[in-house]
Amino acid sequence: MFNKILIANRGEIACRVIQTAHRLGIKCVAVYSEADRNARHVAMADEAFLLGPAPSAESYLRADKIIEICKQSGAQAVHPGYGFLSENTDFAEALEANGITFIGPPSSAIAAMGSKSAAKEIMSHANVPLVPGYHGEDQDPTLLKAESEKCGFPQLLKAVAGGGGKGMRVVESLDEFDEALASACREAQNAFGNPDMLIERYLTQPRHVEIQVFCDKQGNGVYLAERDCSVQRRHQKVIEEAPAPGLSDDTRKAMGEAAVRAAKAIDYVGAGTVEFLYDVDGSFYFMEMNTRLQVEHPVTELITGQDLVEWQLRIANGEDLPLSQDQIRINGHALEARIYAEDPDNDFLPATGTLKYLRTPQENTHVRVDTGVIEGDEVSVYYDPMIAKLIVWDDNRERAINRMVTALEDYRIGGLKTNTRFLRHLANARPFRDEDLDTGFIDKHRELLFPVNNADTYRNLAIVAAYVLESQKAAAFVAGDPYSPFSRQNSWRMNSQYARPMKLVCGEETHELAILEQADQYLISVDDSEYQVSASLNDDALQVMINGHRLTVHLFQDGDNFTLFNEGEQFNCELYRERFEGGDEAGEGSLTAPMNGAMVAVLVESGQQVTEGETLVVMEAMKMEHSIKAPFDGTVTDIFFGEGDLVSEGDQLIAVAAAEEA
Amino acid sequence: MTVLNTKINTRSDEYRANYDSMAEAVSDLRDKVATIEQGGGAKYQERHLSRGKLLPRDRINVLLDEGSAFMEMSQLAAYEVYDDVIPAAGIIAGVGRVSGVECMIIANDPTVKGGTYYPLTVKKHLRAQEIAEQNNLPCVYLVDSGGANLPQQDDVFPDRDHFGRIFFNQARMSSKGIPQIAVVMGLCTAGGAYVPAMADESIIVKQQGTIFLAGPPLVKAATGEVVSAEDLGGADVHCRTSGVADHYAENDTHALQIARTCVANLNRRKEVDLALKQPSEPLYAADELYGVVGTDLKKPFDVREVIARIVDGSEFDEFKKLYGTTLVTGFAHIHGYPVGIVANNGILFGESAQKGAHFIELCCQRKIPLLFLQNITGFMVGQKYESEGIAKHGAKMVNAVACADVPKFTVLIGGSFGAGNYGMCGRAYSPNFLWMWPNARISVMGGEQAAGVLATVKRDNMDRVGESWSEEEEATFKKPIVETYEHQGHPYYASARLLDDGVIDPAQTRDVIGMGLSAALNKPVGETKFGVFRM
Repeated sequence: MFNKILIANRGEIACRVIQTAHRLGIKCVAVYSEADRNARHVAMADEAFLLGPAPSAESYLRADKIIEICKQSGAQAVHPGYGFLSENTDFAEALEANGITFIGPPSSAIAAMGSKSAAKEIMSHANVPLVPGYHGEDQDPTLLKAESEKCGFPQLLKAVAGGGGKGMRVVESLDEFDEALASACREAQNAFGNPDMLIERYLTQPRHVEIQVFCDKQGNGVYLAERDCSVQRRHQKVIEEAPAPGLSDDTRKAMGEAAVRAAKAIDYVGAGTVEFLYDVDGSFYFMEMNTRLQVEHPVTELITGQDLVEWQLRIANGEDLPLSQDQIRINGHALEARIYAEDPDNDFLPATGTLKYLRTPQENTHVRVDTGVIEGDEVSVYYDPMIAKLIVWDDNRERAINRMVTALEDYRIGGLKTNTRFLRHLANARPFRDEDLDTGFIDKHRELLFPVNNADTYRNLAIVAAYVLESQKAAAFVAGDPYSPFSRQNSWRMNSQYARPMKLVCGEETHELAILEQADQYLISVDDSEYQVSASLNDDALQVMINGHRLTVHLFQDGDNFTLFNEGEQFNCELYRERFEGGDEAGEGSLTAPMNGAMVAVLVESGQQVTEGETLVVMEAMKMEHSIKAPFDGTVTDIFFGEGDLVSEGDQLIAVAAAEEA
Repeated sequence: MTVLNTKINTRSDEYRANYDSMAEAVSDLRDKVATIEQGGGAKYQERHLSRGKLLPRDRINVLLDEGSAFMEMSQLAAYEVYDDVIPAAGIIAGVGRVSGVECMIIANDPTVKGGTYYPLTVKKHLRAQEIAEQNNLPCVYLVDSGGANLPQQDDVFPDRDHFGRIFFNQARMSSKGIPQIAVVMGLCTAGGAYVPAMADESIIVKQQGTIFLAGPPLVKAATGEVVSAEDLGGADVHCRTSGVADHYAENDTHALQIARTCVANLNRRKEVDLALKQPSEPLYAADELYGVVGTDLKKPFDVREVIARIVDGSEFDEFKKLYGTTLVTGFAHIHGYPVGIVANNGILFGESAQKGAHFIELCCQRKIPLLFLQNITGFMVGQKYESEGIAKHGAKMVNAVACADVPKFTVLIGGSFGAGNYGMCGRAYSPNFLWMWPNARISVMGGEQAAGVLATVKRDNMDRVGESWSEEEEATFKKPIVETYEHQGHPYYASARLLDDGVIDPAQTRDVIGMGLSAALNKPVGETKFGVFRM
């Protein structure tokens, strides 16, 4: 076995690989970009090397540097994780040329599956069922249109080199074809530098079912059951599970054997995934093969009891497959939810920011958390905004879903937007529980998945107030005088009582609370509602009794901003304080970046007169454009960034001096 | 630690009668205080608010740490003293936490006669400063006052303990390192101008605060110069030009925030050098004190029942329990602070006085604060006792009390008559704080006794000239005397004249003493040196 490997990746997968490697007594070399200097994978590894600046092209995609680091550190093999260089034939070849083992398939196998149309060609020869369609190299539009008609509708127009939903169109009828082709080609050209298209029959209620295969260097291959990844949004997986609900043993066997055939057809080695479209009638069609370890591999691990990274390492080391096909058993049901920094209510717009507060569910035999971040880490624009994978296991699907719902409630993240609430509603949705799955699930059940938050605002405000009071009490402690009655912060008054006011801002509305403390409880009035509240605070957990209802909630405080976590729902409000700025700074217009992003356009020049409201610069962040406007009439005195520059939240972009009042 | 077990039956008729009468007295007190908290009343409060200012009590609320207690002193000051109604003597004062530091806060109430100083306003201001000085508490003055009340100037201006003493105290406290911070939120005219000027650090609110030795009318009268108040002594003048004020505030809230920052920058750290103990509540409810004590001073009660409802866990280690039993002495904790308690349980005899002196010596030696629970009709009188030297035994206790340099707290829980008041650390013995319960009475002797003494003297005189005096005539003679004593001995009368630091609800006693201890311990406990004890 290797005694030292390099992990050419970051985030949760790098941590995941290190964990297994360490268990097997293998030392790990991490690589990192400047943005990841303090990342968890760097800390976990035995040693780590800097690759370069934050953008992937200058760091995690620098194959040359990684090979250099292998030599320098004495790493005998490279685990590429997923993404980045994991399916890069040049990288695999370069490693081979340098005598370093690539923990993955041979470059020829990667190349064979790299082009989707070529892959289908191979599969068709290997007797693997294919979706009707056209995968030819001739891209003459007239021919394509003829093939389109032959294939039948609806159909999918897909970029040959594509992925991630780019360069893809659903065509409902022949009339739409020309326009769809033109725009898909344009998009494919922009995204991949290759406008070539393939045509496929589009299944109306298709499910995405994939088979995990493994092949060793001796030419043996097995499959480790399947995963159902039907719940997707914009062709990105959201919840994956294993085994696939309702899949018969016969179908599993047929799919598994087809997948192994597919792998053997390209002399595959290591972990691979053969993706199929599975239709309601039990038929399945080859879609593509991923020549790497998949993001969702843990669900397979949990139902088979195997460590797939260990399999990868042993196979790369030339060992036989650890188990033969008849030794592989399926036990129970596993689900994985991908926790992302994104805003599900705003079309899943990716979010960036600091994980100011991060609490994960307790890990045990039922719950597993694969993550590469810790509280305080940044989710940056440079990489995938996935925060973690939450994986649960139980005897059957229903119980596993219950585990998932509870674990999502215990997954508390503050400081940026995440999809945990959405995932919880998804896992809890009746059609999901009823196994009514297909790749259009999210669009179909939009109302169920995005329910209006009808939380009782007043009640939540009373709970937040109790948290504020309890945390102030904890802070009032004076070390040299720990028991002073002045430390009790109970607004004690001589021969009188004082209902202290508190203002909490919730959205656009400011609520005035009055709090009267009596013995061991607070009487909190919010507008016309009255609450009797007693509470005790333990770190972030507030055990609260409110009008006779005992419950435990969690709170995160960021300055004067509070986030209340209760049964998977979040409630945000801000403690209002009158703030006063020093009068000295009036007249200085400093214009800062609202979030991390890139400068798109600078519309003014230094010295230029501008009027209030005029757009000065445009920046792009999170795929949205933001205009920075002049706050008052004045003159541009300085421009600090040029077009294309990356800027961080809070960076001053431009300075404007106010015009003298006439 | 010994736990005090109560012998009170809360279902007895006596208990219930006691309870009801005390509850009524407390309710009256709370009603009076509620009225006093309204300051100059709705009309003047509205006028004040319409100027964008905060009411004085809200100024204090904003200044204090959120949730901080405010141990207000002398709420009843000037109560029924003047023809004018002057709630709280027009000045609100008390101890509360600001930026984690216990401070004396003194706030003028401009809704009461423009915040002008009546004689009792001055007395209250000076008493607040005295508390600050004795307990080493930073002072924050929230100034909004028209200065001396001109019709009362002869009782306000010239004497040692009149207006000028305020600035004398500021200077002396500053010299001792007791910070003086002034927030000018309104007028600060003439003498008043010295409050911010004498302060270590001062804040002024724009368009509200003014500081000048003479206001625009007086300037015009004196020199003919016509100038607005703002131009004469507003925030801009004093922050930018004169340097009389240090910080410029946008409004009251801003000014108070700045004051909080000033206190945060005092670089003070409270270190209590006593053996503290994790506090626990007494075993018995605080309001049971109502039923234990009642309002009839003639009804005796065991003071241990009072102690059991004040001290931590009702734990009390008695000292010399079997000797001089009319005085109860012993050690306990209140809110975790150790205290030595000296409590009356009957008339003082020679033995009890000697026991008291002994115990006070112990506490001073050990630097344990002293709590006196007064319910004393006096020292025992009569030939037997005089011959046994009750005067010199009493003197020992008075000597010990006078010289004791540990924090001292006195609560009048019943009668406070004659020399007993001295031995039990009356006002003249400078306790750090002195409070009265609503049932308490204070006078040189009881009304009945005084009337009896005066009647005896009169009867003796009449006997000498051979006149006769009927029982009815004697009763008629005694009645107004008893009434006068009752009126003047009433806690409201005493509190109105600053003879105490406030009338308190018995149920709040434990908290009040705890806060008093907390405040007093801002100053390290000193060494005591006693005078000559007559043996």
